[in-house]
Amino acid sequence: MSNPRYWRENPSRYNLIGRRCENCKGVFFPPREICPKCRRKSLGKMKAYKLTGKGKVYSFTIVHDPMPDFTLMKPYIMAMIEMEEGVRLTGQIVDCEAEKISIGMDVESTFRKLGQEGGSGIIRYGYKFRPV
Amino acid sequence: MRDVAIIGVGDTKFGELWEHSIRDIGMQAGLSAVSDANIAGEQIEALYIGNMAAGSLIEQEHLGALVSDYSGLSALHIPAVRIEAAGASGGMALREGYIAVASGMHDIVMVAGAEKMTDVTDEEIPTIQMAGGDQQWEGISGSTMASLFAMMARRHMHEYGTTRENIASVPVKNHKNGAMNPNAQYQKGITMDTVLKSPMVADPLGVFDCAPISDGAAAVILAPLDIAKKYSEQPIKIVASAAATDTLALQHRESLTRIDSIKVASRNAYKTAGIGPKEIDVAEVHDSYSIAEIISIEDLGFFEKGKGGPATLEGMTEINGVVSVNTSGGLKARGDPMGATGVAQAVEIARQLRGKGEKRQVNNAEYGLSLNMGGTGGTSVVHIYRRL
Ligand SMILES: [Zn+2]
Repeated sequence: MSNPRYWRENPSRYNLIGRRCENCKGVFFPPREICPKCRRKSLGKMKAYKLTGKGKVYSFTIVHDPMPDFTLMKPYIMAMIEMEEGVRLTGQIVDCEAEKISIGMDVESTFRKLGQEGGSGIIRYGYKFRPV
Repeated sequence: MRDVAIIGVGDTKFGELWEHSIRDIGMQAGLSAVSDANIAGEQIEALYIGNMAAGSLIEQEHLGALVSDYSGLSALHIPAVRIEAAGASGGMALREGYIAVASGMHDIVMVAGAEKMTDVTDEEIPTIQMAGGDQQWEGISGSTMASLFAMMARRHMHEYGTTRENIASVPVKNHKNGAMNPNAQYQKGITMDTVLKSPMVADPLGVFDCAPISDGAAAVILAPLDIAKKYSEQPIKIVASAAATDTLALQHRESLTRIDSIKVASRNAYKTAGIGPKEIDVAEVHDSYSIAEIISIEDLGFFEKGKGGPATLEGMTEINGVVSVNTSGGLKARGDPMGATGVAQAVEIARQLRGKGEKRQVNNAEYGLSLNMGGTGGTSVVHIYRRL
């Protein structure tokens, strides 16, 4: 995975900035320029929206067989988090033992190192989650 | 639109085919389909190749020209194109071939699927598989394809009380079937205990819940139904071809226990075929992960939502059960050379409907269905077939 195509999304990834459709009030993350519900009616009405970072575990797994850039972290917890705003994000859960995780558990986002580019050693940052 | 039939099928053995390149296996599958169809190579008017990742796996693109060339067709200069839709590449290639014949653009076409996965190290495979999901928003955080299906499995367990044994009964059944398929990668039965105690990949899914890394190729020859009998004693009619898409990333789906692209594609296919799920005798579905087969047999309408797990454990999807699912051994036991899989499913259904399923033959099979899926369901392709 080379970095430049990930850098473009960094403002969103660092600050949890998505979009809110002014037509149906739906919140989306990552940002998209067209609301899938309102389509044409949403053009020009998708406004920047910062998520609070609070949410609940919707599902989770413990990864034992990762992609090469993540081998040093294994085993790690991957989860899908349902944010307060209703939108779901995929991310790791940290600062928590695997046995303690359950569906419905309260979590909040935290800014962390996501991984390292294999050869170059360039570090990628973004959101992970931790228990509240 | 004209009616379309399969007049010939061919495949290679699936597995780790050390001594063979993608050129060899593409050619082998193609030649055996041509010979099964009783046609001459010169009659092929166009070639559609299902392939997911030759660029990453063997640094080779342009599979259309490659397979045409190594199948001995270069002097004929026919159009040939590679179709990519992640794990659904083969099914999408079949659909493109079907459309070409149905529309009247071409009479006889070849659809082939091929993938050579064992030329890279096992460590590189999760990244290549994950390219069928959303690398930008799932992959970057450490998601693997297995982890996404594991989260679907955990949700299915949470919402419907599906048990670990329910899920494990999928690979047990598929290995039992694979043991009767001479072209399967694994031709050996396994016990429930083997699945439950296998090393974890992404909890709750272990090694035996995941389809293997495979090389292999498969091919079918299509022709208009009205001339199919000229070539084949047992042409198989394709009565419906439907495809549907959904969000690329799993996180954007309304539900993790339902795959809407399967629901939409199968609903459209049943409508075209004029039948319902109860008419299907034999089905090849996309068990890239064990939980995917459970969700698939629910969303195809074979079983109510939430009942797929218990139905499998009770043997309802075994050969000659309520509906015979993955008689070939499925992706788990037959093997999953990604772009070849969708075409291999059509090959198995055609064999079953011709009564050529040997030890794994389903009694009096009239209607067959194949479901080929890409990623976590970003694409689903459904075909329905009928014995004539
Ligand atoms: Zn809207």
